[in-house]
Amino acid sequence: MSEVLLVAGTGKGLFLARSSGGRSSWSVSGPQFMMNAVYSVAIDTRGPSPRLLVGAQSQHWGPSVFHSDDLGETWHEPDHGALSFPADTDTTLTRVWQLQPGSADQPGVVWAGVEPSALFRSTDGGEHFELVRPLWDHPHRKEWTPGFGGMAIHSVLPHPTDANRVAVAMSTGGVYRTEDGGESWAASNTGIKAYFLPDQYPEFGQCVHKIARNPDRPEQFFLQNHHGVYRSDDGAATWVSIADGLPSDFGFPMVAHPHRPGVAYNFPLTADGERVPPDAKCRVYRTEDAGETWTALSDGLPDGFYGTVLRDAMCADDADPAGVYFGTRNGELYASADEGDHWHTVATHLPDVLSVRAVQVG
Amino acid sequence: MAVTVVLPGALRQYSGGEKQISVQLDGEGDLTQLLDAVADVHPALVRRLRDEQGELRRYVNVYVDGEDVRMAGGIGARVPAGAEVLVLPSVAGG
Repeated sequence: MSEVLLVAGTGKGLFLARSSGGRSSWSVSGPQFMMNAVYSVAIDTRGPSPRLLVGAQSQHWGPSVFHSDDLGETWHEPDHGALSFPADTDTTLTRVWQLQPGSADQPGVVWAGVEPSALFRSTDGGEHFELVRPLWDHPHRKEWTPGFGGMAIHSVLPHPTDANRVAVAMSTGGVYRTEDGGESWAASNTGIKAYFLPDQYPEFGQCVHKIARNPDRPEQFFLQNHHGVYRSDDGAATWVSIADGLPSDFGFPMVAHPHRPGVAYNFPLTADGERVPPDAKCRVYRTEDAGETWTALSDGLPDGFYGTVLRDAMCADDADPAGVYFGTRNGELYASADEGDHWHTVATHLPDVLSVRAVQVG
Repeated sequence: MAVTVVLPGALRQYSGGEKQISVQLDGEGDLTQLLDAVADVHPALVRRLRDEQGELRRYVNVYVDGEDVRMAGGIGARVPAGAEVLVLPSVAGG
């Protein structure tokens, strides 16, 4: 097993954990970006060396995007900033919720989903971003509304081999897709329920919490909704419920296995009005048959647990077998080196964990 | 006469380590003109004081000769020649 880097954004800075021992022991460093809430982290492995990207938000000094080409030893940002709204939008950036490297055949492309809901695209590896105007100008935009966490595009999923096809998800608003490289966008929420609206199956307006897909089966998506867990087998065009095997259909993260199609992970919470795990048991749920059945993964995870796992605080690495990771609002980082069968703590007593990503680096 | 901008410790990494910046304005100006002049030299500093639409960030307090600019025209507050402009983070966060 080569070395694995686990990057964890928290409410008060960024922590890095490295393991060269089969992902069973970790060396944790940090925090960097002290007192910045790091809602988005990314590890871009398409270049000659991994590039780390961080979306940090200081309550006093505003949001910024930084990058590092030496695994977090030094960080850089352009003098004039990497990402801001154009003057004519009369809009200011609140937060960068998602940083996502683009398709493999576009090595410089990085996407950013931000609050207020907008999509930005970089062609220089995340050093400068431009607003994706067709989505900003979409006629639905004036009807997108903020949920409790704000109004943001929090998920960006470029197709692994077709750069023209990108899916995004926002709260609230739902899923939107482009099939022409971002020139046009269409709502794509057929089958997803919005129980909090008079029309419970609207064209758009759903409060989608996270979407994910396996790069080896790119037409298949998994979705954690604000109540509801769904799968699409047609490129996010239509969705069917896969919540029956779960103890609850509420939660935030959804992670697709990096190379086993049909395998996905989530972290159920009891309900919108009871945001703790069912029976106060910290459990990751895994499906190996695309949501037909789910298994509670408990080995190494505590009972008597009243924390939550936020939408970007769960991830998988790119190793085989895959490592799976999650962080809690209680400030704990957990890792599994065997696809979720067994878990151990990487760190405890951190600030609230907002985002995690992991990758092999050696 | 130059205007002196006094910075909190958290921002000195964006001013080349300087606690104070001296800015030469052409006669009396306003806070926007002052920040424009500072941004010519220290753009990463000024991005932390005002957003991309030119407004002071919510938790940034600026005092011109001891007067809170939010009570004196905000980003358009008058900055006399020779003034001391003090930047402070407001009490915020948890």
